[in-house]
Amino acid sequence: MIAPSASVLAIDRLRVEYPLANGTTFTAVENASLTIQPGEIHALVGESGAGKTTIGNTVMGLLETPGRIAAGSIHIDGKEFDPVKGSAAGIVLGRDVGAIFQDPMTSLNPLFTIGSQLMEAMRFHLKLDRIAAAARALELLESVGIPEPRRRLKAYPHQLSGGQRQRVVIAAALSCNPKLLVADEPTTALDVSVQAQILKLLRDLGDKRGIGILLVTHNMGVVAQIADRVTIMHRGQVVESGATEEVLRRPKAPYARALIGAVPRIDQRLDRFPVLGAEGKGRAEEARAELRTIAERSDPSADVEPILSVENLCVDYTTTGWLPGSRGHRFRAVKEVSFTIRSGEVFGLVGESGCGKTTIANVVSGLIKPTSGRVLYRGQTIAGEGATRRIGPLRQAIQMIFQDPYSSLNSRMRIGLILSEPILYYRLANSRAEAESDVARLIEAVGLESEAGQRFPHAFSGGQRQRLSIARALGARPKLIVCDEPTSSLDVSVQAQILNLLKDLRDATGLTLLLISHDLAVVRQMCDRVAVMRQGQLLEEADAATLFDDPKHPYTKELLSLVPTLDRIRGETQAA
Amino acid sequence: MLKVPLSRLGQAALVMLVVSAVSFVMFRYVGDPVATMSRENASIEEKAELRRSLGLDQPLLVQYGRFLTRTLSGDLGISYRNQRPVTQLIAERLPATLELVIVATILSLAIGIPLGVLCALKPGGIAARLVQAVSLIGISTPTFVTGIVLILVFAVSLGWLPSFGRGQVVDLGWWSTGFLTISGLKSLILPGVTLALYQLTLIMRLVRAEMIDVLSSDYIRFAKARGLPTHYIHFRLALRNALMPVITVTGLQIGSLIAFAIVTETVFQWPGMGLLFIQAVSFVDIPVMAAYLLFVGLLFVLINTVVDILYAVVDPRLRARSA
Repeated sequence: MIAPSASVLAIDRLRVEYPLANGTTFTAVENASLTIQPGEIHALVGESGAGKTTIGNTVMGLLETPGRIAAGSIHIDGKEFDPVKGSAAGIVLGRDVGAIFQDPMTSLNPLFTIGSQLMEAMRFHLKLDRIAAAARALELLESVGIPEPRRRLKAYPHQLSGGQRQRVVIAAALSCNPKLLVADEPTTALDVSVQAQILKLLRDLGDKRGIGILLVTHNMGVVAQIADRVTIMHRGQVVESGATEEVLRRPKAPYARALIGAVPRIDQRLDRFPVLGAEGKGRAEEARAELRTIAERSDPSADVEPILSVENLCVDYTTTGWLPGSRGHRFRAVKEVSFTIRSGEVFGLVGESGCGKTTIANVVSGLIKPTSGRVLYRGQTIAGEGATRRIGPLRQAIQMIFQDPYSSLNSRMRIGLILSEPILYYRLANSRAEAESDVARLIEAVGLESEAGQRFPHAFSGGQRQRLSIARALGARPKLIVCDEPTSSLDVSVQAQILNLLKDLRDATGLTLLLISHDLAVVRQMCDRVAVMRQGQLLEEADAATLFDDPKHPYTKELLSLVPTLDRIRGETQAA
Repeated sequence: MLKVPLSRLGQAALVMLVVSAVSFVMFRYVGDPVATMSRENASIEEKAELRRSLGLDQPLLVQYGRFLTRTLSGDLGISYRNQRPVTQLIAERLPATLELVIVATILSLAIGIPLGVLCALKPGGIAARLVQAVSLIGISTPTFVTGIVLILVFAVSLGWLPSFGRGQVVDLGWWSTGFLTISGLKSLILPGVTLALYQLTLIMRLVRAEMIDVLSSDYIRFAKARGLPTHYIHFRLALRNALMPVITVTGLQIGSLIAFAIVTETVFQWPGMGLLFIQAVSFVDIPVMAAYLLFVGLLFVLINTVVDILYAVVDPRLRARSA
């Protein structure tokens, strides 16, 4: 074992508990050990509820009450952490330990300038005066690569983009020369290209400044790209720990193997995602049979014409003017986009945030009206000039699945009622009893117990809720389902299950899917054809295999090269 | 940068136009002014003459136009009861109400904000629970009850403070103030406290709720993670975020305090706007009522405009979006 003095962080057999109201305790972290040397990036991975963030918070002394350290020890830069005081003697949070949070949009105070937020820590910890602190703040902004740093000092957080804000957060964390950085999901809220820049910045901090970094993340690609060592956690326990290459290439623990297997691959398409335990084989078969009975199978090959075509679609967003009659600022979110979706295929729409992909989804499902251009469903105009009113079968044919399963189900309605709503609205059942039996079948088809209908949405996990959202969409017996980032708020293993469900759905019923995602690996695994968008324009459209193996547009190439994946592991690329 | 205040002023003018129309309709159609103004046994010819001289035979829009011109030049008509210009009556009564409201607002902010912060920082503490319980009484007791109880205790039983009126006032020509004499200040205490009590509890609860919300936000966690001192985080960073809605509420409350201090003014026989209005109502003094309506409308519009501009000062996100 390495002497605690040499490492910036040494956690030894840590146990964190939360006393519960009923007198028992919940153990969030059990017997966790890890060490970080100066200049080393140590990734702490696991799914939600694994205890990785708890470890990060404990190290920073920000453990939420009533959590407490029940056993084990933490040494920061060789000094022992006092569990009662929540800090180590001689170690000052903010000076010796820096923190980076997940969401750069919310981690800066909107009412204070960037400069003042950067300077305050230096003035308290380093006792710098205003002028010295301002000079150093400028230096810091330069070092994290913010353009026009002098002007940015006086800017407010809302005037900066997400990536720039995260750089400011990193600059603030660095302001007092910490020895250890705790980065909790530092790139999860960012686009791939910005993520790549931030990851490079973090790697440089380790390499050039010798800062030890505890990187808490759920993204295996990120781990592969920048971490030296990795610890995989599951339900508060460390299941595997070691050098990144070793763990990712040759995982020993079954959970580690399953977790790594569940990460969607970008290099090749698999038939189904390997999933963790839960999904029994018999169950899945049964569910698939159920799916088939729900939607009468339509034969995709019989459809010659495209099910959906988008023609020269433009969408403008206008901010209202201040003076009556004055024209506000106009922003064109979608510029002259055209594509067609064939019956029975999975069509992917990818791009970074703000590229207009969700706007297109909203136009297709009728939530917003296009400025010009039109959308046709089986040759009938459903949006744009001369559109038929969406009533009855037309509205029923296109259903939607939203990104956030927590807000897309009404929390005050029972699941049964939520699912029977579309069935009754479109008169797809002759009686309430028939609708109820349909609901029960839908619930079973998405892999849940039919008793689920009696419960309220809060009784379900994120993955289960997304299953229910899918069931709700299926209830209307649609021909086309628009899926807007259906798995981006879910854990990898749950994501794998949901994606498998969507695949089954397509295979069993011949449904057409429009899948909107920023995750290229997911798109690769799911889609037959893919369109790439940037700044409202459609850049490239091709078969999935062609697009991923032989991208034509430089932007597509760039995007693909930036995705952190498991096939590019840090140790290996350096050796090669 | 000027666009926001400009558009607000435009909207304000529009609102005032509507209020003036309502006020005009009331002036013109609530009761017949001719019947109220002429002698009891006046002949039909006399009445018609009066009607002509008052311009009441003109088309409606012409009358409204005249009403607007008169109002804008500061002429709000003559009070039926006092036979004095309404403008003069309001100008006499306004200082009393304003001074009362200023005292009440300062009291409620000065006590309400710290108490709210206290309750948010130590939600389980004895002090916080006590304040919460007392505030519930404050918010649910009608103003006249608090006023009467205060009079009973401090004026009748203890005899420390006067029970009615403004005490001695100093006339500054255009403003009569009670701030400069001992008896004037003493007289302000009871009605001031009475009027402030509801505000105080409202502000306290608002600050508490906002503060609890802000304290759990990411940027406060990030401030903690940077090791900033606790008092700095609470009072310099979090409080500023928590005060945003307090600005709105305080602004609106000042408006309703001025407009509806009626109960307090009646209980304490405070010679302010509220008392003027109550007397006008009991004598069907239409010009005073119409003027009061206009005045209250103007007050709310002004306060809302000021609040909007203040918001832009405090919150950088609401300033010009060109940056």
